[in-house]
Amino acid sequence: MENPNARKSDAVKKHIAHLALAAGLAASVALYAIAPQLDDYAVNILVLAGINIILAVSLNLVNGHTGQFSLGHAGFMAAGAYTSSIITLTLAPILASAPAWQAQAAFFAALLAGGLFASFCGFLVGVPSLRLRGDYLAIVTLGFGEIIRVVIQNTNALGGARGLEGIPPYTNLLWTFGIATVAIYVVASLVNSTYGRGFISVRDDEIAAEAMGINTTKYKVAAFVIGAFFAGLAGGLYAHFISYIAPEGFNFLKSVDVVVMVILGGMGSTPGVAAAAVLLTLMNELLRDFEQYRMIVFALLLIVLMIVRPQGLLGNFQRRKRKASQP
Amino acid sequence: MDWANLTQQLINGLSLGAIYALIALGYTMVYGVLRFINFAHGDVFMIGAFAGLYVHRWLKPFFQWMPEFLSALFVLLLSMCICAALGILIEKLAYKPLRQRSRLTVLITAIGVSLLLSYGAQLLFGAAPKGFPQLIKNDTHNLPGAVSITTEQIVVLVVTLLLLISLRFIVQKTRMGLAMRALSNNPTAASLMGVNTDAVISFTFGLGSALAAAAGIFFAMLYQAIDPFMGILPGIKAFVAAVLGGVGNIAGAALGGFLIGLVETLVVGYSKNIGIPPGFRDAVAFVILILILMFKPAGLLGKSEREKV
Amino acid sequence: MSDLLKLERVTMEFGGLRAIGDLDFHIAPEEMVGLIGPNGAGKTTVFNIITGVYKPTRGAICFNGASLHDKKANRITALGIARTFQNIRLFGSLSVFDNVRTAMNGRLRHGIIHSLTRGPAFRAEEERIRGEVLALLDIFGLKNDADRQATDLPYGDQRRLEIVRALATGPKLLLLDEPAAGMNPTEKVRLMELIHFVQAKFRIAVLLVEHDMRVVMGVCQRIVVLDHGQKIAEGTPQAIQRDPKVIEAYLGEEAHHA
Repeated sequence: MENPNARKSDAVKKHIAHLALAAGLAASVALYAIAPQLDDYAVNILVLAGINIILAVSLNLVNGHTGQFSLGHAGFMAAGAYTSSIITLTLAPILASAPAWQAQAAFFAALLAGGLFASFCGFLVGVPSLRLRGDYLAIVTLGFGEIIRVVIQNTNALGGARGLEGIPPYTNLLWTFGIATVAIYVVASLVNSTYGRGFISVRDDEIAAEAMGINTTKYKVAAFVIGAFFAGLAGGLYAHFISYIAPEGFNFLKSVDVVVMVILGGMGSTPGVAAAAVLLTLMNELLRDFEQYRMIVFALLLIVLMIVRPQGLLGNFQRRKRKASQP
Repeated sequence: MDWANLTQQLINGLSLGAIYALIALGYTMVYGVLRFINFAHGDVFMIGAFAGLYVHRWLKPFFQWMPEFLSALFVLLLSMCICAALGILIEKLAYKPLRQRSRLTVLITAIGVSLLLSYGAQLLFGAAPKGFPQLIKNDTHNLPGAVSITTEQIVVLVVTLLLLISLRFIVQKTRMGLAMRALSNNPTAASLMGVNTDAVISFTFGLGSALAAAAGIFFAMLYQAIDPFMGILPGIKAFVAAVLGGVGNIAGAALGGFLIGLVETLVVGYSKNIGIPPGFRDAVAFVILILILMFKPAGLLGKSEREKV
Repeated sequence: MSDLLKLERVTMEFGGLRAIGDLDFHIAPEEMVGLIGPNGAGKTTVFNIITGVYKPTRGAICFNGASLHDKKANRITALGIARTFQNIRLFGSLSVFDNVRTAMNGRLRHGIIHSLTRGPAFRAEEERIRGEVLALLDIFGLKNDADRQATDLPYGDQRRLEIVRALATGPKLLLLDEPAAGMNPTEKVRLMELIHFVQAKFRIAVLLVEHDMRVVMGVCQRIVVLDHGQKIAEGTPQAIQRDPKVIEAYLGEEAHHA
């Protein structure tokens, strides 16, 4: 017997992903609308939190869901930051006298270009990393991140060690949270489909995954490419927020910052890492006056977390435990 | 063919390589017995340099009664002891509780320890680089053909060689060394045969950390400035050296260290000829890493391990 | 009748060690074959060669007319070979339902794009898969556990789940690697019934590696015996039981009465 109420709730369930996306975008618009009522300090923290959410959620796809421990996320961020900045800086004289919507469109195009170039870098990193296990993969990805940084540092056209300044400040709450919503939507809906369960199977047991017909190569590369894309977008947003970027800001320690968010939130939990990103952004602000102690606090947090609760806030991964006695 | 320049580069490269080799040994030994990369090892190298600085500063009044090389030796040995203790402490507090956990968990903890050491050092010693005292009088000795070598470089090379020989003796000829090799080869069998796993692991950490301390002091001697973050890049490069030689292989780590030191110095020395800007020196090690992992992942002297299905 | 799976003169060498030497081996469609031998005989190595985990040093492997040479493991699964593992390899953080669902990946029509756009075609396929997975779990009595974490199941159920997961790939040949390990006699009887059931209902061939002779004799139509990587005997269970070479190979092993 068909129950009309059941049909309605089924419809909601069927479209829940789309509804969530729409809700998130609406919230972004609302935030943007009330922005003038908030003081600058609050807006700044919100933007940074949004950017960190994008970074954390995108890294989580690689590290958390697919189990590929990447320490090079800052490199992808740099790729996006520099690509988008070069574009807007080059177009700046034209855009100065153009109508606002054209500037916004150019910004969007620049961000997208940054994301695409970053995802290309992600592909370059993902492919050689395919045969590598945890420790080695971490170092190689760190290496790639460092190579990107060194290349930028030695390229005068990109400002070299001095960096790029005067980047037009296009980033606002709408762009930030709009993209954050898209990032969360992409990762969450991807991972929760039948296709997307493949990512988690690669993390849990690669050999069994291959035996069940899963092309682990494709999944690993896909994770890197998608993760890098959003890191690139985050980089672009960051560049057009602070208006100044330098290679030193995208080094290994920046990658570690994002890794801490993912670990704290729980590798493999999208809401968890998003929450952790916000939490850590706030902690950064609170400890701003105690800059000296900030990283020490984070370091202790990491150590204690691994001993006491390695799955972080909301994670549940059960990696196939390798006993120290097994080679 | 400018032989003089090449020889000079080789001398410089080997001195740098000696430092990388000493650090790489610690990585490879710990990997051998525990199958994990001690990310914090590079920072022990840094602590070694600072230990040397402060030991020298505090004991300076006593040194005037000793010949120079003796006081330098004292500084070296004391710093090595301090770092050995530090390494053992880190293992007991941070890594031992995680012995049964996944390697990823330990890796993350190691990153945490590394951050703790470097930012802790920044808190204690300040971020600004400090000058390292002159431990021994440094003369430049001119060799035939416009090549020169400094006293410090000679000391670094000679002492490193002595340390390598001592290490080989320990690993091949002592009971503890035998236990290390057994544990590295087959942990289950080793503990069933009565090997005290905890003691061997502690010893390995202590030994590796002591060598890293020596590397720190040599680095400080050659480059004269130290800072809390000096350990990060050399640490990573030394890890690459260990991989290059074959992780878990002691001879490989030494070989890898010297090779990386040589290649890095040659790339910078001949940068104009090969068209790579000298600013890329730090990327050299990473390129080597990617190449070796793509073409010979077991390293030059290592053998590959298959995962049991 | 043409063979479903055919190994011709397959040799597997690891450095200096010869794990499998000159093995000739075949399985007919819907046949139940057992692979036995003392510890270290190379049984799991044969599995790994068939499923593409190892590349044989020499020899040819043919499945359904297609060569398996140099094919990756997931490609071989797509061709119709599925397996379970000696040490259970379930996807630990996934539910029972998702473990089986993941095995259907090879037959998916939608990919990344559709997982994001989530149009009607995507939703229809997800529904279809959901139905298939639940039906499969129902057949094997695991439907009520569908939402439990796979590693929370009791041991015997986990082994059963591994078989269900393998079946979800739609194989024509199922490789079972010591499925009775760690089971008590009652569970072993149920396992034998399960294997018979699977073979009949799904019309697939089964290759069974097992140490428990009662299970092997009770399930298999033909048995191949390995020792030190060589085939030393092949035939019906009765013939194998009486074969002096087989008895000698097992001397010193704990004898299981059939």
